[in-house]
Formats: sequence, structure tokens, C-alpha cells
Amino acid sequence: MKALRAARMERCIGCHSCSLACARLVHKVLSWNKSGIRISSAGGLSTGFEARVCLACHPAPCAEACPTGSLTQRRDGGVKQNKNLCIRCGECAKACPVDAIFLDHEINPYVCVHCGQCVAFCPHDCLEMVDLPERDGKGGDA
Amino acid sequence: MIRGHFRVMVVNLTTGKTTIVELPGRDKYLGGSGLAAYLFGEYGHIDRDWDDPEQPLIFAIGPLTGYFPLMSKTCCAFRSPYHNQYTESYAGGKSALSLRFADLDALVVTGRAERLTALCVGSRRVETRDVEYLRGFDAIHTGRVLRKMFPGSGRRSIMRIGPAAENLSAYACINVDTFRHFGRLGGGTVMGAKNLKGICVLGDRGFDLPEGKTYPKLYKDIYKQLTTTEMMAKYHGLGTAVNINPLNELKSLPWKNLQQTSSPDANAISGETFADDTLLRNAACAGCPVGCIHVGFVREQFQTNNQYLYRQVGYDYEPIFSCGGMLEVTDAPEVLRILDVIEKEGLDCMSAGVALAWATEALEKGVISPDETVVGFKWGDAETYMRGVEMISRPPNEFYALLAKGTMRCAERYGGADFACVLGQEMAGYATGEVFFVSEGLGFRHSHLDSGGYAYDQKHEDKDVKKALDFLIKDGHERIVLNCMVGCLFSRGVYKSDLLDEAMASVGYGDLCGSVAEIGKRVQRLRWRLRLQMGYRPDKVKIPKRYTEITTWKGPLDTDYMEALRQGYAARILAMGSDPEDDG
Repeated sequence: MKALRAARMERCIGCHSCSLACARLVHKVLSWNKSGIRISSAGGLSTGFEARVCLACHPAPCAEACPTGSLTQRRDGGVKQNKNLCIRCGECAKACPVDAIFLDHEINPYVCVHCGQCVAFCPHDCLEMVDLPERDGKGGDA
Repeated sequence: MIRGHFRVMVVNLTTGKTTIVELPGRDKYLGGSGLAAYLFGEYGHIDRDWDDPEQPLIFAIGPLTGYFPLMSKTCCAFRSPYHNQYTESYAGGKSALSLRFADLDALVVTGRAERLTALCVGSRRVETRDVEYLRGFDAIHTGRVLRKMFPGSGRRSIMRIGPAAENLSAYACINVDTFRHFGRLGGGTVMGAKNLKGICVLGDRGFDLPEGKTYPKLYKDIYKQLTTTEMMAKYHGLGTAVNINPLNELKSLPWKNLQQTSSPDANAISGETFADDTLLRNAACAGCPVGCIHVGFVREQFQTNNQYLYRQVGYDYEPIFSCGGMLEVTDAPEVLRILDVIEKEGLDCMSAGVALAWATEALEKGVISPDETVVGFKWGDAETYMRGVEMISRPPNEFYALLAKGTMRCAERYGGADFACVLGQEMAGYATGEVFFVSEGLGFRHSHLDSGGYAYDQKHEDKDVKKALDFLIKDGHERIVLNCMVGCLFSRGVYKSDLLDEAMASVGYGDLCGSVAEIGKRVQRLRWRLRLQMGYRPDKVKIPKRYTEITTWKGPLDTDYMEALRQGYAARILAMGSDPEDDG
């Protein structure tokens, strides 16, 4: 099972193509926020950029915090999302230890589902899909 | 598309009131340049000077902003302090996408705040803050403070001014997100006159996209085209600075206040040298995978015992031409140090460099004395030029106060107009010949980007006046189409009219297909009409004597050809802007 890694962010030029791609292709919106990956400057443009993106936890605190099963654990790390089940409580974003879940003003959560569609749109090859260590599905030992 | 009409926020700094206005006209003006000119018609005043508090400062984006790569720039329009007529300037950074995601096709600022103020706007926010305590702060420091004041890292744009704009230098710029600028003709000065130190635009919402695969597929195709063409490799690789060596070889590189058009030392400040010796990294405007922004690095020892500081300074061809070649500063880090001072003071680097080049020659010729210049300018002496920049920004005497109004204004008072390198404003870096000099001297923005006169000079040996003028007009309105979309002009080889139509149709503007060329022509006429109504007389424009003295790869400049072009272009401009009944 694969997961997205922002492995080479020191190469990032801040074009936001990854965020725009995720919003466009996964969430079907035009946005640089409503995206599983979001870029910000690491303290002003003269200090480079950082990516806010899911680190594929296992067990995932966001899935554990989700009261409705909208976010559920992926076998080897990260979460699956079923938007129809979401009650927009925002508990997932609160639970995320790395602030990787974006809530819009209606409390809709946007989280990386590790589909990898953004990777092709990074002009500097900052992003990659990696294999996660295989788990038995019960989790909790990472 | 988000909606058919324009959604515009109008902030009045005098009253503190903000209004959202909905305006029709997408089919007539598209957006960007056209929208800005339309808005100046609505909110501007032909019969009042540039610094009248009610004059608007306009920021406008286009219909495709954010939807496609390189649709990533903003048009800023205002009545210029430089010539007291209507003008525009363009910048990227995060300004365009921030306006898009703030759900604004344009932001219009009118009025004048009582005290120095910062403005923050977003899709659910408008707020002004008293920042009188930032008076005199440089543009970089100001950015740092505003970033803390208005959180939203990464998805906001911070546009601000430095001391030069507060002191109403006629060519003070607006710094956009540190490395980009609304540089030319005094947009920053307009902010200074409004007591507006900074504007933060929060790009804090999103929009539904059209159903189906047409749009994402087209996006992918365009992305691929833009990132794999040779042209893009040029802007991404060495950046625009790549032009130094070829222009030098063509004897078209303005050097030493255009006393020369080439120099054996040019390679010391070439794009290759800057990349090898100073390039720290690239950066990009939001929505542009090309990443043409080149950030150079300078290390400076400020104390003994190995105490160093470092500076990160953006560079491009034009800053290197104006603060390198024109001043004969032939050390790349020294050029960056001059640019760093200009960046902090918040001046247009092209105007500042060319103004100092004129001052150096004027001093050399005895037209002015050290009583005026305070410091003794010498070709290649970066330290005195850094002092000169500060004095343009904060004038200690009448000489610098006038130099800050424009080189020609200063030359009219002290003499030396013959060698003032002014083509409507301090020149751009192309001594390519007659067509370019006339194009910039008379052109709408007095910019090398109004039309490709520099390229025409290089590609045509014939001296066919009609053919050259036909080119300037046609290339002009084709560029205006992209200015209305507010796409980066680097993408003009990709965004041809068919592709623009396809892109427009894919996001719901299909009814505009086939009409963008006509809109470009309409906006061209509209912009000229605004300028002519404010007193512009293209037929009275003089090309300074220095331009008749140069030799390019073609040989000595042909003054008869240039004069014929000048007269012909003036007549065409007058014709384009003459019809008051024209709907555009």
C-alpha cells in the first residue's frame, strides 16, 4: 500500500500546483485550501516552503476521533474518507497531530487519501509515492 | 466560471466604508486590463490629478485566473504620479490567486486614510488597521510585520510599500510577496498618497468546478505544454537574465548610460555568471509551475572575527541591466547589493538604476556637481550607488527630490536632457533599434512589454514603416488579450487564441469564444482614450538625442526611419483613442 510523501520540499518553488491538482481532481473544486496537501512558506518567502499533508499514521488519530465512520483506517496507514457520512463536527482536524486536515468554513474536512494524483503536477519532483510497511490490519504498533 | 458578471470590492479609506459591487461587462472587457480600464471609467476622475484622494487604485484579475497554469498575474491600474495619466502595471506573486480565492474579480481602493493604514480583505473579511508605527519601515520589514498581523501563511498575498512611496517618489513600486513588484510608473506612490502601507488579500474560499473530464484534461494538456517547451526551459533555467550575453553580442545591451551598446565586461554580470556565483534557488508565482523567480545570495562580512550576514535578493534581466550594465557595476554580488537597497526602499529598480546612470554622466560632464549629488558617483562604484538609491527614496535636497520625480524632470532643471535615457519613463534594457525606441517611447505603458518592438528590430532588416507599425498595433492588442486574462506574457507562445477559446469554453465562458480578439482591440482603444483624455500627446513625444548616437549590430541608428516611425505611431495612437462614441 502506497502513501504520499513530501520528500524533497527543499526543492519547492511555491507554485501550489499540487494543491490545485488535489482540489481539482479529488475534490472537484477550484481551491488551494480544499486539498489534501497545502503549501505555506516556512516563515516568509525567503525561508522556503513546507507542505501540510497526512503522514499516514497507524492508528490514525483522526479516524479514531471520527464519530460517524466518515474517516476509517487504511490497512497500512492513513485514512479512507466517505464524505456522505460526515457530520462536519471537526473532531478529525482537532485530533490530527500535524495539522494536516483542512476545515473549510462549513467544517468540511479535506485530508490526503494518498491517491498520488498530485505527484505528476509537481514541476520539481518534491513529491513521491512510497510503499508503506505491510500490516496485519489490526494496527496500533506503529 | 464562478459567475457571469464582475464581483468587485470597493474600499473607501476616507469613509472606512466597503461596498461589494456587481457589474456586467465580461463580454466587453473580459477582465484584467479591460476590467481595470472599465473600473477607472466608473471610479476615476479625468479632471483630477493623480493624488486626488478619490482617484482609485485598482487590482484586477481575469476570467481564467487560478483555473489554468500561468493565469497567475494581476493588473494594477491607476493615474500615475509619473506623468499624471492613466497607466497599468503587472505583478504575480500570490496576488492573483489570492484575489480569485477572496472571490474578487477586482479590488478598488479609493479615498485617503488619515493615518498610515493596512488593509486586509478576504472572502469573509474586510478590515483596516492603523499602522502609523510602520512609517519609514522598509518594504521587507513591513512584510514581516504584516505577515504576523494577518495570519494565513501560503494562501494570502501581502502587497506593501517602502519609504520611497511614503515620500511620494514618482517611481515607487508596490512590493508583492517579497520577490515580485508592481514596479513601474508609481503604483506604490499611489498607495503612499492614500496612506496605505500594505494590503493583505486572503485567498480563503474555493469554488465548484464544471462537471466532466473536459476541464481537467485540458488543464493537464496545457500544464504539459507549458512545462515542456523550450521557451519555458529558458525562463526556468537561467531566467530572463539569459538575455545579457546575446544582447551584448548584438550590440543592443544598454551600457554606461547607453554610452555603449556592448562591453567586454558584460559576461561578468550575465545570466550564466549570476547562476554560477549567486543563484540560491528558484521560486514561483502561485499557479505557475515554471518558477522564473531567481533568488540570488550575497554574503557580507559586517565585523571582523568571521561575522557574516546574508541577503537573498531576486534578480532578472531588467534589474541587472539597470543596476549592473547601466552603472558599469560588473560584479554580480555588488549588483545584488544595490538591488537589495532598492528592494527595501521600495523603488522601481529600472527607473532607479537608469536615473543614477544619468546622474553619473551628468556629474562626469559637469552638468551637476557634488553639491547636488552629495556623493561622488563613479561608474562601477556600488557603494555610492547604494547611497544614491537611499537619497532618491528620502531626498536630502532639491536635486534628489527632482530625480525622484523622474530623470527627465531633473534634466529639464539642471540640463543633460540629451543623454537622459528616457522613453516615456526610464528605459527598459533593449537598445535594439528604431522600432523598440519608438515602441517604448510612445507606448501605452512605456514598457518593453507593450509590444515586441525589440524582437521586431532583431528579425527585420527592412525599414518598412507601415509594416513595423502594423506589427506594433497587432502585437499590442494580442498582448492585451492576455493582459485581460491576466496570464503571464511568458506563456503567450502557448495561449494562442484557439487555446484561449478552448480554455474559456471548458469553464463555462463558451459564449465568449471567437470574440476575444475583438475585445482586445476594444480594450486597446479604451486604454488609449483614457490616456489621451488625461492629456497625453504622442505626437509631442521626443526621443532623446542619445538614442540617435548609438550603433547596434545593424550599424548606426537611422534617424529618418525612427522619425517616420515616431510620427506614424503617434498618428495611429491618436486614431485609436479618438472616437469618444466608441463603446470600448
